[in-house]
Amino acid sequence: MTSRGRSPSRLPSAPHAVPAPGAPAGRSVPPSPHRSALAAARTRRRQRSERWFRACGAAAISLGLAFVVALFVSIISQGHSAFTQTQLRLDIEFSPTVLELTAANPSAEELGKLDYLSLIRESLTRKFPEVTDRKERRELVGLVSSGAPFVLRDLVLQDPTLIGQTRSLWLVADDDVDMVVKGAIDRAVPEAERRIKDRQLVWLDRLAAEHRIEGHFNWAFFTSGDSREPELAGLGGALVGSVYTLLLTLALSFPLGVAAALYLEEFAPKSRWLDLIEVAINNLAAVPSIVFGLLGLALFINFVGLPRSSPLVASLVLTLMTLPTIIIASRAALRSVPNSIRQAALGVGASKRQTVLHHVVPLALPGMLTGTIVGMARALGETAPLLMIGMVAFLVDIPGSVTEPATLLPVQIFLWADSPERAFAERTSAAIIVLLVFLMLMNSLAVILRQRFEQRW
Amino acid sequence: MQVMTFNPAQPGSGEPEVETLAPRPEPPPSSLSRQSQSMPRVTPVAPERTIGEPRVRNAAITSRAVSVHYGAKRALFDIDLDIGRFEVTALIGPSGCGKSTFLRCLNRMNDTIDGCRVTGDIRLDGLDVMSPSLDVIQLRARVGMVFQKPNPFPKSIYDNVAYGPRIHGLVRTKPETDELVERSLTRAGLFEEVKDRLKAPGTSLSGGQQQRLCIARAIAVEPEVILMDEPCSALDPIATAKVEQLIDDLRKNYTIAIVTHSMQQAARVSQRTAYFHLGRLVEVGPTGHIFRNPEHQLTVDYITGRFG
Repeated sequence: MTSRGRSPSRLPSAPHAVPAPGAPAGRSVPPSPHRSALAAARTRRRQRSERWFRACGAAAISLGLAFVVALFVSIISQGHSAFTQTQLRLDIEFSPTVLELTAANPSAEELGKLDYLSLIRESLTRKFPEVTDRKERRELVGLVSSGAPFVLRDLVLQDPTLIGQTRSLWLVADDDVDMVVKGAIDRAVPEAERRIKDRQLVWLDRLAAEHRIEGHFNWAFFTSGDSREPELAGLGGALVGSVYTLLLTLALSFPLGVAAALYLEEFAPKSRWLDLIEVAINNLAAVPSIVFGLLGLALFINFVGLPRSSPLVASLVLTLMTLPTIIIASRAALRSVPNSIRQAALGVGASKRQTVLHHVVPLALPGMLTGTIVGMARALGETAPLLMIGMVAFLVDIPGSVTEPATLLPVQIFLWADSPERAFAERTSAAIIVLLVFLMLMNSLAVILRQRFEQRW
Repeated sequence: MQVMTFNPAQPGSGEPEVETLAPRPEPPPSSLSRQSQSMPRVTPVAPERTIGEPRVRNAAITSRAVSVHYGAKRALFDIDLDIGRFEVTALIGPSGCGKSTFLRCLNRMNDTIDGCRVTGDIRLDGLDVMSPSLDVIQLRARVGMVFQKPNPFPKSIYDNVAYGPRIHGLVRTKPETDELVERSLTRAGLFEEVKDRLKAPGTSLSGGQQQRLCIARAIAVEPEVILMDEPCSALDPIATAKVEQLIDDLRKNYTIAIVTHSMQQAARVSQRTAYFHLGRLVEVGPTGHIFRNPEHQLTVDYITGRFG
């Protein structure tokens, strides 16, 4: 009766039903508790509960996936527009008279001090001669980003022969213009309730009719630092800060964590102290990250006197935070190396160090790397401890070294999410996309590293 | 057969101290009976003194009064046993009798076990194996080991064999290494089977081949003694036969101590057999003698398959 339990439906046609040749005919099968109607009912019940169990698991997965998809759809739909930037094409005449340039051969310093805003004002006035009122003219110039004069200045500094020539240039538009073009500001809303005036909309429509408004890929978003003007604000500083911090954290926490795990797992004699250390490490892994921030503030900034809001302090704090994770993961990886390998190495006369370095660590490395990258990913997304060490500051400059003040991606997201301008909303989402891409890159790196090292069996 | 009765006046036998070889004073019987109280009672009980001659002339390893404790539990009781040079000594006995523990004392592998304490006197050609100042790495180079489960390194066949000689500095150049690898694999009877795939992982071989690779790895270090801890227990009969043949061949150049659960194997490959029971060495003697004329009742019972 081997087939009954598995597939009762197939039983009637099963060849097992045919009596074996030579078997005494008509001999009754002895009764069994596995062949009654009750048994069939039990089987059905068990099969039903098995199906339920599976369905519950599938439902849990689907729910989780649905949340992830919802998150991604929401963030991408809100953030993708920040990767393009509305620009206006203006015919700029680099006129020495408008610039009030007097010297015949101006030095770079003199060129840098000129009033380039007047060039834009002049260009727009020529385009819209009917605008004469002071207030209206200010609104007209307001269509262009306040960063545009600096672009003109840089052009002139790069090539002083531009003076006297006329160029058709794409200049970044103001964030409100950007929002109108992207549809985030509704024209149907009464004028008093929106940040852009009816007059400005008319001018914009005229510019658009002349194909002078276009969306361009927003390179500045990745290269420039933070700014009070949304159209000028970029992630450059945060990206550089995050990279500095992450590299330093990795350089500090991986060797420390692996060395600690190696000592605890391979060398330390079993003792009460070891148990105590193990409990302490496990508890440290569960300590809220803001506590590590406080520790960093007290120890590294107040006591040691390291520079505030620097990637150096951030990475020290994040090292403290990720160390327990790395130690635990590395110990688990070391423990999973079969003992027979250690014995084999010791048996041919390898020293403890040779055994560990030549045989145990190569086998444990994929696990160690995975643990480390998980820890790094956590560190990358960490915000709370950074707030405690002063990284929440508004910083325009991109940090040049690990001791300069910097901001990091999650902190930048936090800062932008706090800003009132409509254009910062899409930038916040875009920054989240960048952070997620960063995380995915790190995770794929983990997968690649794992596979590379596992190919060595 | 090289088994001889002990003669204290034997010169040049490599024995370090005459004192350690003299019969020890009887241990107080009270301590012994107290020790055995934690053990399950098996009748008949193990004798207080080993039956047969535990010492041999020209021994490679001598051990005197070796006791092992795992924490509070005593695993070996004052074992005196010599491992004769260029012969195979089989250690047999039921599971948990201490034969593997004794084997691991000989190259200090017990050091790696937490809570394991070894006392007594073990000498490898006069070298005090138990000395705290002894470099165990040097010792393990001289006393190689083959384990129960084939445990090749997860590296190529070539690297498996070359690893030991490399770390001990026995080979310097690539041709030297090639030659040693070939010689070791040939001695282990594996070269013909693997010569075309020396770069293949050691773990890709069959179980029997893996075990012979482990033997090749052990002999590549050019040890004086090879300890084998149930080397065939994970192998099929054909692979077992090959390994047994190999052990017999290796006897010409190496001193071998082998732990085995198979009486037939002990009878086939060994020249001397020591029967352990519950941490005591019950009986030891030439293999033929032990299997034909066991003296102690425990030995008789075990060899006839009454327990074990």
